[in-house]
Amino acid sequence: MNPASSSGDHGAVAAAPAVPVAVRILDWVFGPLLGFLASVGGHIMLLGRALAWLFRPPFRARLFFDQMEFIGVGSLPIVMLVGLFAGMVSALQAVLALGMFQQERWVGFGVGVSLARELAPVFTALMITARAGSAMATEIGSMRITEQIDALTTFAVSPVQYLVTPRIVAAVIMLPIMTMVFNFVGLLGGYIIAIEMYHVDFGQAAALYRSWISSSDYVQGLIKATLFGLTMALTACYQGFNTRGGAKEVGLSTTRAVVTSSVLILILDYPMIQIFSVIWPFKK
Amino acid sequence: MTEPGHMAGDAGARDQRWQIRVRGLNKSFGAQHVLRDLDLDIERGKTNIIIGGSGQGKSVFMKHLMGLLAPDSGHIFVDGQDIVGLGDVAMGKLRRKFGMVFQYAALFDSMNVVENIAFPLLERYRLPRAEVLERVRVLLRKLDLAQVTGIEDKSPAELSGGMRKRVGLARALIDRPEILLYDEPTTGLDPIATKNVDEMIRRTADEFGVTSVVISHDMASTFRIGDRVSMLYEGGIIMSGTPRELLHAPHPVLREFVETSGAVHFDRPSAGVP
Repeated sequence: MNPASSSGDHGAVAAAPAVPVAVRILDWVFGPLLGFLASVGGHIMLLGRALAWLFRPPFRARLFFDQMEFIGVGSLPIVMLVGLFAGMVSALQAVLALGMFQQERWVGFGVGVSLARELAPVFTALMITARAGSAMATEIGSMRITEQIDALTTFAVSPVQYLVTPRIVAAVIMLPIMTMVFNFVGLLGGYIIAIEMYHVDFGQAAALYRSWISSSDYVQGLIKATLFGLTMALTACYQGFNTRGGAKEVGLSTTRAVVTSSVLILILDYPMIQIFSVIWPFKK
Repeated sequence: MTEPGHMAGDAGARDQRWQIRVRGLNKSFGAQHVLRDLDLDIERGKTNIIIGGSGQGKSVFMKHLMGLLAPDSGHIFVDGQDIVGLGDVAMGKLRRKFGMVFQYAALFDSMNVVENIAFPLLERYRLPRAEVLERVRVLLRKLDLAQVTGIEDKSPAELSGGMRKRVGLARALIDRPEILLYDEPTTGLDPIATKNVDEMIRRTADEFGVTSVVISHDMASTFRIGDRVSMLYEGGIIMSGTPRELLHAPHPVLREFVETSGAVHFDRPSAGVP
């Protein structure tokens, strides 16, 4: 029997008017804010614990490689497919737009810089969130509701060290690598459209690409990818870890993990562009 | 009946008869006061059953015994050592005394049967692979799992409910614990599987000489396997004693619980009652 209900119905009826209206209004206004702050705090604490466990034995290398394989190798087909089409689409738009001024030779630079700075890190992070982030939240959430996480604890294994740390580290390592794959395949897609289909002069396009693009464009994208990887894995693990209830709640955790990390990736992108524009201004 | 005269002060000393002594345990989740000044003694080497209806705090109490949950106040003495407030390392060492069999086995989905059973050994020690495998196989034989074709490589999803429970028990037993905790071991099983699991608990207690703590709402099982029974009601223990004492306890909630379970009738005690 629920101890809270043991006092009987009259207790509940008597308790209802005892909450002043002002308190209820305050709760309605500040409840969501407190919930948000608690969630932010929870994410930060989970990250702190995951990082602390990274440096404490036992070190289980296999768990890290398993996650790197899942996040990286497992996501390779989807990242390559999206990368190819992202490159093709941006090349097509660039050729059509630049064609108005007979400046198609800039297509290599245009596609290259938009891939390096924006399309590759953002699309890669979104694709991997959809594929691996959702799987992480579902797996950890299922382990929570079926007491597998409690079982780990009974064997004196830290669930954070066993489940969260490898996922965060693997995402932080693999997101930049997958972003470079995206860049490469995207440029290939751009080449197919611009050079092969629209017969843009390869020598001119390549020369402009080489002289205008710099390594800082790729560094920016890779810093973004690292931060996006951290965001994705932390959000997914937090949602999975804090699942309570049954199958429905696991589904909700997965949805929250994917929506929250996708939105965060797009929101975080903006301040990073501002910061990078100061550190690495465009050449004039 | 409830053991009288156990104050928190004398519960801390190591006792030959009582392996676990719980004093004044309180736990709340928000406004919900789940455990209220709970006192309980667990007898060494015996099968101790904690009965109670759904939502009475049985699972919450069980999780306190292994430090999976921390109480708001109170003490849990295991062999005289208070485990409340122990640090990670000390708690990790203490947990080696325990094995826990979860309600739905809680086998790791990502591992096969052998990997599941071997998990505690592989995590705690550096043992040769052959030795680990041999210990797993001994347990598979003892728990009547060895004859199932291809059992070692099966994933938990391929096992029946009863088999999962036995694999869960094997995993709990592999590091030779002193205390085995069973969380509603017969929930979700048909009557024959229930009887098999009961026999398994009884046999494990006899063969391995462990202290068993079983939480259950199954009265038939309680009478089949229990040496000692305690009833949890509204967050506290309202009665502790042998199954026979349980049968004659005057507490109205207890009488109702026993009568409605259908396992025994007060006028006509079943043959299974010791």
